[in-house]
Amino acid sequence: MASMRDIKRRRTSISSTQQITKAMKLVSTVKLQKAKAHAESTTPYFNYMYNTVCSMLAKTKNINHPYLQTREVGKKGVIVITSNRGLAGGYNSNIVKMIRDDEVITEDNSQLYCIGRKGMEGLTHRGYEVAMDESDVMEAPTYDDASRICKQLLDAYAAGEISEIYLAYTHFKNTVVHEPKLLKLLPVEVSEEDIASSEDSKVLMNFEPNPEEAIGMIIPKYVTSLVYGALIEAVASENGARMQAMDSATSNAEEMIDNLTLSYNRARQGSITQELTEIIAGAEAIS
Amino acid sequence: MAEADNKFVVEIITPDRVFYKGDASMIEFTTTEGEIGVYKNHVPTTVVLAPGIVTIHEGEGNKKAAVHAGFAEILNDKVTLLAEVAEWPDEIDVERAKAAEARATERIQAKADDLDLVRAELALKRALVRQDIVG
Repeated sequence: MASMRDIKRRRTSISSTQQITKAMKLVSTVKLQKAKAHAESTTPYFNYMYNTVCSMLAKTKNINHPYLQTREVGKKGVIVITSNRGLAGGYNSNIVKMIRDDEVITEDNSQLYCIGRKGMEGLTHRGYEVAMDESDVMEAPTYDDASRICKQLLDAYAAGEISEIYLAYTHFKNTVVHEPKLLKLLPVEVSEEDIASSEDSKVLMNFEPNPEEAIGMIIPKYVTSLVYGALIEAVASENGARMQAMDSATSNAEEMIDNLTLSYNRARQGSITQELTEIIAGAEAIS
Repeated sequence: MAEADNKFVVEIITPDRVFYKGDASMIEFTTTEGEIGVYKNHVPTTVVLAPGIVTIHEGEGNKKAAVHAGFAEILNDKVTLLAEVAEWPDEIDVERAKAAEARATERIQAKADDLDLVRAELALKRALVRQDIVG
């Protein structure tokens, strides 16, 4: 059995770790509240954006626009949104894993646009090519940041450097459930159902300027808004994941401390018994 | 037509918040094709917004706001403005707008090789709109 001093040292060390994890949990709880409120206030914009784009596409089915056509040549651009800091449980590794497991995106046919250092490190390590690193954005993402990043991507798309644009981020379902998600941004793909339902509305929509130009102007905004929404959700998910990870770390530490306290007390009792036996044995030997 | 009948729903939504939601009898705003005013029962149209002032006529009074970039969906009984940036007059920092105007004018006049003219002109336009609505 370990000595009393060793157990005591171990227990002190664990309890100071516990203090840190506890503090981190509290900090991410506060950040989560903020990020969650922010994410909720941004949702109406994206819903509208999505609906508008759906109805637009429903009414302009036969338009040949570079944003809508599938191209075979060129690499696939993937925006990877992760965090800059670790200690968030599986948050970052889930994204990395999702991209590695994906069959369409391989090391050779893609280039990554990384927002978040952890994901970038994990993927470069495995042989993916990184075209852009905008990790600093993750500290406090703004709409301007999203629009700057999208402009670069859209320029690359227009120049033919990339043929498709994907977005990998963690969807914030609720405080405890966060799902890694891979979305295809360009060429635009919306589900058939949504198109059908907006067709049903039977509103004849006019476009000003003409549909082609309107699509040319609205699609970049659509892409930007999706990226911005993903950034905001990712921040909320990151804090949610960290809160959970730190919560379980704290309770694990609690459990370890309990066990150590028990064995410390046993060791203490053991040493007292031993001392007593020695004294009695000594006294008997004298008499 | 009764007063209540010629009202329609106006929503201005930005990425960060629902900027405005209410009933109006008319709304005026600037599109890439020029300024338009919309009453109830307008033909359904999607237009692209240009930097400009949005005026919402609510019956008794008018509300003004600066809107930069985005698009608008006009339906029979509803107008939705999806704006990238929208500001009430009291949220605008005039000094900053003036500085931005000076900066943009300088950039346009300097005609540097790497000048992004479209961007500089948009910045100038935004600065002017901001000053316009406050002053």
